Amino acid sequence: MKDMVTQPILSLRDLSVHRGAAKILDRVTLSLAEGETLALVGESGAGKSTIATALMRLLDGAKVEGSAEMTGAGDLLALSERQMVKLRGRRLSMIFQDAGSALNPSYTVGRQLITVLRRNLGLSKAEARSRAIELFTSVGINDPEGRMSAYPHQLSGGMQQRVMVAIALACNPDLLLADEPTSALDVTIQAQIVRLILAQTKSRGASCIFVLHDLALASQSCDRIVVLYAGQVVEAGPSRDILERHRHPYTKQLKSCVLEIGTKDITAPEGTVPPHSEMPVGCRFATRCPRALPRCAGEAPPLQPARAGADGPLDHHFACWNPE
Amino acid sequence: MIMSQTQTKRPSTAPTPPVFELIEVEQEFSVPQPGRSLFNRDTVGLKALDGVRLSIAQGASLALVGESGSGKSTLLRVLLGLDAPSGGRALYRGKPIREARARGTGFARDVAMVYQDARGSLDPRMTVGQLIAEPLRHFNIVRKGEEAARVAQLIDRVGLPTDAASRYPSGLSGGQVRRVAIARALASEPSVLVADEAVSGLDVSTQAQLLTLLRSLQRDMGLTLVFITHDLGVASYLCEEIAIMYLGRIVETGPTDAVLDTPAHPYSAALRAAAPRFFEPIPEPLPGEIPSPLDLPNGCRFSSRCPAAQEDCRLRDPQLGQQGAGRAVACLHPLTSTGAQASETR
Amino acid sequence: MSIQTPDAPTALPPAEPPKKAKTGRRSIFLRRPFFTIALIVAAGYVLAAIFAPYVAPYDPVMQDINAMMQAPSMAHLLGTDSYGQDILSRVIYGARYALIIGIFSVLIGAAGGLVIGLAAGLSGGWLEWALMRLIDSILALPSLILAVAFIAILGQGVDKVVVAVGLSMIGPFARTVRADVMQVRVQLFVEAATLMSIPYLKVIWRHVLPNVIFPLAVQVTIRISEAILVSSSLSFLGIGVTPPTPDWGLMIAEGRAFVSFAAWMSAMPGFALALLLIALSIVGDGIREEFDPKLRRGA
Repeated sequence: MKDMVTQPILSLRDLSVHRGAAKILDRVTLSLAEGETLALVGESGAGKSTIATALMRLLDGAKVEGSAEMTGAGDLLALSERQMVKLRGRRLSMIFQDAGSALNPSYTVGRQLITVLRRNLGLSKAEARSRAIELFTSVGINDPEGRMSAYPHQLSGGMQQRVMVAIALACNPDLLLADEPTSALDVTIQAQIVRLILAQTKSRGASCIFVLHDLALASQSCDRIVVLYAGQVVEAGPSRDILERHRHPYTKQLKSCVLEIGTKDITAPEGTVPPHSEMPVGCRFATRCPRALPRCAGEAPPLQPARAGADGPLDHHFACWNPE
Repeated sequence: MIMSQTQTKRPSTAPTPPVFELIEVEQEFSVPQPGRSLFNRDTVGLKALDGVRLSIAQGASLALVGESGSGKSTLLRVLLGLDAPSGGRALYRGKPIREARARGTGFARDVAMVYQDARGSLDPRMTVGQLIAEPLRHFNIVRKGEEAARVAQLIDRVGLPTDAASRYPSGLSGGQVRRVAIARALASEPSVLVADEAVSGLDVSTQAQLLTLLRSLQRDMGLTLVFITHDLGVASYLCEEIAIMYLGRIVETGPTDAVLDTPAHPYSAALRAAAPRFFEPIPEPLPGEIPSPLDLPNGCRFSSRCPAAQEDCRLRDPQLGQQGAGRAVACLHPLTSTGAQASETR
Repeated sequence: MSIQTPDAPTALPPAEPPKKAKTGRRSIFLRRPFFTIALIVAAGYVLAAIFAPYVAPYDPVMQDINAMMQAPSMAHLLGTDSYGQDILSRVIYGARYALIIGIFSVLIGAAGGLVIGLAAGLSGGWLEWALMRLIDSILALPSLILAVAFIAILGQGVDKVVVAVGLSMIGPFARTVRADVMQVRVQLFVEAATLMSIPYLKVIWRHVLPNVIFPLAVQVTIRISEAILVSSSLSFLGIGVTPPTPDWGLMIAEGRAFVSFAAWMSAMPGFALALLLIALSIVGDGIREEFDPKLRRGA
């Protein structure tokens, strides 16, 4: 962590989220370098989307603890709602899984984009319009002028997601949060959208956090991967380390479940994530872990560096008492 | 060898007819004319299926792959006898499917279905036990006294906890609900299982659990499996044969491994390339989107997006023709195993 | 039929919620204090109605010329009316009539609405068209006007009021039942049952009806208060039950002339009516929010 070459744009420290008695995020610590793409990977209930919504301060009825320092903005979790309104869209923005319901059905997509541009950048009507057309062109919408006057329901799922990307990138944010941006789309469209998001963030020098459930897609699109299980970070590091030199048994299990073309044999893991009322106090994976030791259920393992030899990566961490 | 316009030869001439056989099946819906005014009642025909040929033998496992708009769901409804095709013939063991369905409960008992929306396919006011018992009773599978034991056996077979019988679907997780749907489908002791995206939208570990379950069920019970999916990884794991659909037509069929190793149709190749693979750079995706079936491109329906389209592709509509052992492809210039080299047909 | 009979209990779990409250979830009475209070109030009315002869201090129709229009006192807790009848006793007996009329008329309305709504929702074609126009025409008139019309045909009396109010409520019930039927019959589980070659009528009996009955039962609890209000309005207008029946609407009407110097004559039954209606509305809403699968699914 100390030898980071680039400045971190975001660092989360001990982010916990409670909803009632359930602790849906448990002391999540991670940092994101400038221009980096990070994947939050895990299964449902892992809390990966919760991290994104907590950062946008869009979580309702939950208690949030910890801090999220963003360069030049301060602690996102401590800002007032008024300060947050100024940040959303301008410095950090979010792409949702279901673009169809994230867009307002009663306004044309052009008007929605123009509103964002005018409010956040103070452009005149004409400036905003020509900027909107530029943005639509850059996200690969053909006939951008014609599509400006389309309502969301008149567009296909892929087109809606392109509009979302255009709106999210309208004000050149430093940080883009993409919550499962492609899971509702067909595979060929998925490839289009992921490539689009990567190209657009790269050309703007923005950082990006992808929330994904597909480890293979994460390896294709992100520099670093954070693996979450039941609200805890179990392993984090450069993509290649996570997938080829993983230390946590859960990472291994997650990887072994990915079906690539030609996979003829998979070993299905036993059981499911325990409900919050029955969550072990120690390592939350202990109940399903093939390598569990007696101490695992009672004592939470800390995140520790995985320095494999002197040349090992510095930012590969895992939380396990009995690593691979 | 020019394969356009030639009729496919049925690969097997075995005396027992295949479980399902579709011959030039068409399904046309009439939809409001696009852009019509409020007072204009004109409709146009939308061909959701257009000349589908498919044969599914007893014991086969077939993956039906395609993106949204490819006609998978329409084909499924024809296979299940829910809709009669508007053209062509759809046969179940040699008899028209609609007739087979209308005659008694034999077809319904033999062909079981697992829906994509498993939760929606289960009556929310019935317990899991009642849901599984319903087909047992309806088809008179077991005697009254043995019903509870059979339900327990099915619950156990699909890997649900023993106390699941008294629970309601709303109290179960997504993976468990799929298991209930599978148990219910198996209750009638079918020989054919049709599954529509039965593992999509689930976590990978739950998906892996269900896939291993489905595979073991298929092997143990000798089920004929028709598995609709968009995931080529799932298709390659579970099914020996594959049929790839695009815009209401099957563009390529054959043994799954062969088709996925050396796709002959450019669309199959594009689908294969778009599937996530560890550390492979994301390839250049297909341009554009699937065209509207109301506004089909001239010639080959894939020509508007095909990276290898040539002049004649926009003029002639290729038919499904034989391409190597047990394979068929609908393309004027199929890709050969060596790559995207144009075929020698010209 | 021999196969169907044993199925009946499975098809119709009696008003039981599909999802049992999980352990650790607090009881409905603790989570909804207003619901609990309203339920206690409503239960109080029901008990008062059942045990009226034991609870009421006087005979509700006993006239006492020596105790006319007395203000509330120890002898007559809520005072007396212009005939010297004890208002408290009349209010207690009035609960009987209010609840009987409310419950039975709603049951008539619900039964009629179920039949028409099911027929309209399942038939399609000209029959559906005709039934829907019938429902529309019923709905075009407020239930009070409609009830007045039925009373004009049937004549006065408690039983007539029950029928008149019940008939006037068929319209709203039929409309909600039809909407539910339309929604349920396109559900996947209905298609799944059809796919199993289960006969159409059996599918309706086993899968459509139970999913329609429950929301209907919730509607019944909500609409009881409406029925009571309509019946009281009829009495107030002097065309419902006949005097000297201790009916709240009638009592309010009788006290109207004396309202400037003996306000309790109208106020007491009016207060009793208002309290019951509020309590029933809160109970009905609570039940709906707690058990309606549509509202619950979002949670």
